[in-house]
Amino acid sequence: MSRLGKYTRRGFLIASVAVAGGVVFGVRTYRANLENPLTAAISPGEAALTPYVKITADGITIITPRAEMGQGIHTTLAALVAEELDVDLADITVDHGPPSSAYFNGGVVEEGYPFPATDQSALAEFARAQRDIPAVFLAYQITGGSTSTHDAYEKMRQAGAVARETLKAVAAKRTGLAIARLETQSGAVVLPDGTRLPYTDLAADAAEVELADTPRLRPKSAWRILGQSQDRVDVVAKSTGTAIYASDIRLPGMRFGVIRRSPYLRGAIRSFDPSEALAMQGVDAVLDIGTAVVAIAETTWAAMQALDAVIYDWEPPAYPLDTEGHFEVIAAAFTPDHQDSRQRNDGDVEEALSGADVIAAEYRVPYLAHATMEPMSAAALFQDGSLRIWTGCQGPTVARREAALAAGIAQEAVTLTTTLLGGGFGRRGEMDFVQNVAKVAVQMEGTPVLLSYSREDDTSRGPYRPAAIGRFRAAVKDGVPVAVDVSTASPSILTGISERGGSPAPTPGFLPDFTIGQALWDQPYGIENYRVTAYKADPLLPVGFWRSVGASQNTFFHECMMDELAVAAARDPIDMRRDLITDDASRKVLDAVADMADWGTAPAQGRARGVAFALVFGAPTAQIIEVEDTPQGIKVAHVWVAADVGVALDPRNLDAQLISGVNFGLSAAIGEKITLSEGMVAQSNYHDYPPLRMYQAPPVTTRILENAPHIRGIGEPGTPGAAPALANAVFALTGQRIRTLPLGDSIAFA
Amino acid sequence: MDITVNGTAYTLDLPDDTPLLWALRDGLGITGVKYGCGIAQCGACTVHIDGEAVRSCQVALADTWGEVTTIEGLGTPDALHVVQQAWIAHQVAQCGYCQSGQIMQAVDLLNTNPEPTDEEIDQAMSGNVCRCATYPRIRAAIHDAAIMMREA
Ligand code: FES
Ligand code: FES
Repeated sequence: MSRLGKYTRRGFLIASVAVAGGVVFGVRTYRANLENPLTAAISPGEAALTPYVKITADGITIITPRAEMGQGIHTTLAALVAEELDVDLADITVDHGPPSSAYFNGGVVEEGYPFPATDQSALAEFARAQRDIPAVFLAYQITGGSTSTHDAYEKMRQAGAVARETLKAVAAKRTGLAIARLETQSGAVVLPDGTRLPYTDLAADAAEVELADTPRLRPKSAWRILGQSQDRVDVVAKSTGTAIYASDIRLPGMRFGVIRRSPYLRGAIRSFDPSEALAMQGVDAVLDIGTAVVAIAETTWAAMQALDAVIYDWEPPAYPLDTEGHFEVIAAAFTPDHQDSRQRNDGDVEEALSGADVIAAEYRVPYLAHATMEPMSAAALFQDGSLRIWTGCQGPTVARREAALAAGIAQEAVTLTTTLLGGGFGRRGEMDFVQNVAKVAVQMEGTPVLLSYSREDDTSRGPYRPAAIGRFRAAVKDGVPVAVDVSTASPSILTGISERGGSPAPTPGFLPDFTIGQALWDQPYGIENYRVTAYKADPLLPVGFWRSVGASQNTFFHECMMDELAVAAARDPIDMRRDLITDDASRKVLDAVADMADWGTAPAQGRARGVAFALVFGAPTAQIIEVEDTPQGIKVAHVWVAADVGVALDPRNLDAQLISGVNFGLSAAIGEKITLSEGMVAQSNYHDYPPLRMYQAPPVTTRILENAPHIRGIGEPGTPGAAPALANAVFALTGQRIRTLPLGDSIAFA
Repeated sequence: MDITVNGTAYTLDLPDDTPLLWALRDGLGITGVKYGCGIAQCGACTVHIDGEAVRSCQVALADTWGEVTTIEGLGTPDALHVVQQAWIAHQVAQCGYCQSGQIMQAVDLLNTNPEPTDEEIDQAMSGNVCRCATYPRIRAAIHDAAIMMREA
């Protein structure tokens, strides 16, 4: 029987429930009656529990309901529980858990609130405190926006603490000793005489115990696991080829499917002729799944060959046929009727600019692909009316709904197992591969199928990071900007995702899309007259979340603008920013990065530096990039990056994520772009969509600060500053102000 | 078609031109070897044939000229190869999808060049893409593995 008790803490409570041979501890919110993934079968009708820790005679499992796409979140989430539970990370199993709306992620919703992350006003704090409510109702179980750590920080520690105290209570009952005389250590309750009672032996009785009080969380000063670098829980599997991604699922009798989507994105298929393909060796079927064609064969290779032999007649595209046409549509959006939001309007910009020496410029960024290392993939089996799916996705709750819709069955008939993700970067928050595998499985009833996207399909069919245009008009006086009017325009991600069935709740086009102006309006600069406007361009190619989302273009616009203004004001770009920054933690990351790079000392002959700052997903981040002029072209010689995460849980992983994020941004800044010709995407694979390679990867020095008021994740904040810091460095080196990405289109890189 | 993988002989009934990558993954269920591009651009599919690193997406099954070793044959969680040990010590993997190929390529490099410089590492490893950009740790792990191998 579940005991849904009293352990309330800031809007959530920890409860326990008996399972076969043991106990599960988890979080339950009292505001909504959520479905209960692990205990539904045991106690139908009981209120829901989000399972975080399961202890049975077989061992201790920590359930980490966030997508592990490389960012190390399984390790960090497990460490949160382990810190309070007193278990060693090496002795526990980590499981992804089933899809459930109980695994809501309050952090993702918070990003949508109209308060800058530095705003500690009562209203902003109130909105943050309320964040769990909409999240639950929207059934978010989303990994994105660098929000996982933030969301789990208290919940998972509390689950560990309640589990520990409960197990101590069981031990006390069994031994007749007072609880106060019991200690816990490495997965056992330790009696005063040193006898160890393993948790696994105590677990069976734990669900009977009810604690009188909510255990107090250990102070940071007492931490032994948190704050220290941990070995990743997945590192051995990922170094031995034994880690299982969706594309590695193998089932008896499995057949292999490969998809071909229309080269005219969002377009339908009129007809196709599969006769030649069907005659090929090893080919079972060529399926029409509505928006795409799927070949099924004895190997993935045979299915790829079969797709090449199909003759297609695709519906022509509904968007301009070349890249220039797309930018014309975006440029046309800078009008009042396209205005999506104006979240900042300090002073009177028009008044301040009239009569002043106005500096104005326009910046452009292209569509970008995610190019995850593992192309999209999912395995499925439809049998006896129920559908099983194995996939690595960033939103399993939505995935389950979309799979059910695509298959035409009830959600209860869908079981979804989340595998490891071979990279996500936002791409695996999309639902296309889930919807498609569901349709394939239904048509192949009784046969397990692995559906793979070819790299070509993955690259050339989207969805993409939106192409975007940024514009500014500004004036400087006495060494500082006194008027800044900055605006950004791009097609809406949220509308697109909503249409594609990827969002928890519909986002109709008339609602504002906070991603368009993200990281543009909420930067902690105090400028007398400061206006930030976001414009929503008409839909073009399908666009979606891409590592750091709107910040990936807006930080480029904003921080190159700041560099231009510093030049106009004849100021050092760090000094000028320091004068404008109103937030202490933000100023400190700038100071830190200046110190790390020895900014005050001029770089060596033939080298130059650029700087960028951004407050992204609540984490102030500053980077300095040093470039070198070489005979082969410009070389990125060194990157220094400082970021404030509030509380640093795992320093080595934070270092890895910052480096990864910086390089992801550099890769895009130097060479990535998706362009169109004759209505089709011109890039198809890594030869023409070039990811950063080892010889290009600079040394990156990181520093983590802990001055910001809230704990934050670091999967994304490294990315946005890379392009502007690099562009500003290139300007410092060459005098060439490049306002269009990728920079490699304008200047040669080594 | 007869083929020896990780010391075991198999007979496969697949077309001659099936790339070794797909024969391994779909024919034999050996999935440590990964598909990333299919056109020799990413290195995720790297295996050894007679001890030499090759892109298995570019070798037809019928042309497989020797014994194949995949990451599974290099070392196991209980019996790690030195290079795998170094990879774990440096906590290289992020999403991990590229790492089988990276490790197989690094082993080949160290077999032919026991003391590579940074430039030599860059040269040998630049055909292997890591979209998570674990490059600095790959470099460091290779240097460490080199020391461990020389001392062994
Ligand atoms: S899959 Fe063979 S090199 Fe990319
Ligand atoms: S670890 Fe993700 S691609 Fe290399």
